[in-house]
Amino acid sequence: MEGAELAGKILSTWLTLVLGFILLPSVFGVSLGISEIYMKILVKTLEWATIRIEKGTPKESILKNSASVGIIQRDESPMEKGLSGLRGRDFELSDVFYFSKKGLEAIVEDEVTQRFSSEELVSWNLLTRTNVNFQYISLRLTMVWVLGVIVRYCVLLPLRVTLAFIGISLLVIGTTLVGQLPDSRQYRPQKGGICVANHTSPIDVLILTTDGCYAMVGQVHGGLMGIIQRAMVKACPHVWFERSEMKDRHLVTKRLKEHIADKKKLPILIFPEGTCINNTSVMMFKKGSFEIGGTIHPVAIKYNPQFGDAFWNSSKYNMVSYLLRMMTSWAIVCDVWYMPPMTREEGEDAVQFANRVKSAIAIQGGLTELPWDGGLKRAKVKDIFKEEQQKNYSKMIVGNGSLS
Amino acid sequence: MGSRSSHAAVIPDGDSIRRETGFSQASLLRLHHRFRALDRNKKGYLSRMDLQQIGALAVNPLGDRIIESFFPDGSQRVDFPGFVRVLAHFRPVEDEDTETQDPKKPEPLNSRRNKLHCEFVRTCTNAFQLYDLDRDGKISRHEMLQVLRLMVGVQVTEEQLENIADRTVQEADEDGDGAVSFVEFTKSLEKMDVEQKMSIRILK
Repeated sequence: MEGAELAGKILSTWLTLVLGFILLPSVFGVSLGISEIYMKILVKTLEWATIRIEKGTPKESILKNSASVGIIQRDESPMEKGLSGLRGRDFELSDVFYFSKKGLEAIVEDEVTQRFSSEELVSWNLLTRTNVNFQYISLRLTMVWVLGVIVRYCVLLPLRVTLAFIGISLLVIGTTLVGQLPDSRQYRPQKGGICVANHTSPIDVLILTTDGCYAMVGQVHGGLMGIIQRAMVKACPHVWFERSEMKDRHLVTKRLKEHIADKKKLPILIFPEGTCINNTSVMMFKKGSFEIGGTIHPVAIKYNPQFGDAFWNSSKYNMVSYLLRMMTSWAIVCDVWYMPPMTREEGEDAVQFANRVKSAIAIQGGLTELPWDGGLKRAKVKDIFKEEQQKNYSKMIVGNGSLS
Repeated sequence: MGSRSSHAAVIPDGDSIRRETGFSQASLLRLHHRFRALDRNKKGYLSRMDLQQIGALAVNPLGDRIIESFFPDGSQRVDFPGFVRVLAHFRPVEDEDTETQDPKKPEPLNSRRNKLHCEFVRTCTNAFQLYDLDRDGKISRHEMLQVLRLMVGVQVTEEQLENIADRTVQEADEDGDGAVSFVEFTKSLEKMDVEQKMSIRILK
């Protein structure tokens, strides 16, 4: 009996604390500054940890910034230089070396496959999951790590789970979100517009909706996501598709056009990449969204990986284990930029327009731009790219007709 | 929960692979990581299809032949040691190799001492095999045409291609049998800096 009473008391104190410190202030839009203090402490701790790690490891094994350099030394010179010739030189037996080397380089590391695994950190952030090459350094560091585990699992996790329960029943999922929105708010999407953003995880949706309401477009899911989707439809109209319907492009375009034509309906939120990318690059934007017409409001979203990795690798984690990982991270920190609206210009087709928007988002968010299709995660590449390479090579050996 | 990082203990036969290929521990870890990333269904080996999924490889005109070089003797799978062995041919020669040279141990696959000859020969063998599909030890005019066709696609006419093939075979062919043997092939490549062209340096 005593035990149950005690447990009851703890639970009610806990709930009051949560209510008082977190829920009520957020309902009224007041900030108590707890998040800011937490972030300051976190940053100081991680800086300390980084210094300890750097002191502890031998010089050669300090990781360079792997995102930009890659794991192999590349010779990025164009085909002409790589084949060590001037234009119009003739075919040599050794020309195969160039293609052979490029091929092997691609096997060791290619631009696309690496975008579907989590970004590597330059310095460790005390989470086991991001530990790639770091080893035991000192007792103090290990103790801080243990402390971190205790804090994350015994304080942050129950806190977030409580919020989650409260939140789901109010149609909002709670985690510790610290969104920093710079002054570009005047460009927020208006009714009748289409909002496009780069896609990293379902949390993108949460972040954008904290600042405005959107109608979603996407595939119908099962499980937890499905429940949320169906609930959302009851509140305001969204456009959910079955996988089979997506293949019928006209049907999709028609539904979307109807939606934006109705001025009472909320702006549509679309992720033209079609899949989650790991937030270091922006991949090909599918032209479908850009054929509908209407004004496009681009949004760039960039997460800070130091505090927690937001990327959802759907082939590796399902929704629930993904949420668990999110809730046991330090925090999710992201920057959101709303950009001036863009419309399709005269004489520009959907693909060019899509590329223009993609460049704008990539530049704003500081991401690399890739021409590859995110669907490459699952499918093969088109021959048209191979033809380009073949064209280049042919020009070299046949080009100005220097054949004997 | 948490990602599984590659630790040295996890790589089977890690030590013997290291000795055989000369890769550093860190490089081997990276290659293992890459191997597992390519092995989408977690089979423990790579099939041709896994390699074909790599975008940059699929658009390489010689992509299919490069993939073939991983599957010698008609096998359908390549395991991690096999994967690393092929890549070891491309490891640039480094100074460490000469210092740690132990006369009792077998030659590492890219030793500097043999640089002028063995390495050259091995690199040429790799390249030679890209041409010589039927493995008869000679590049016939027909095989030459096939490789050329792969590299230019539909951009060049049959006649132009035949001209190029004829000229190349003529230049390299010394014994007049109308095909380029391996010896003739290596002779024509003597002036090239084969080493630099076929090296891939893995950053730690």
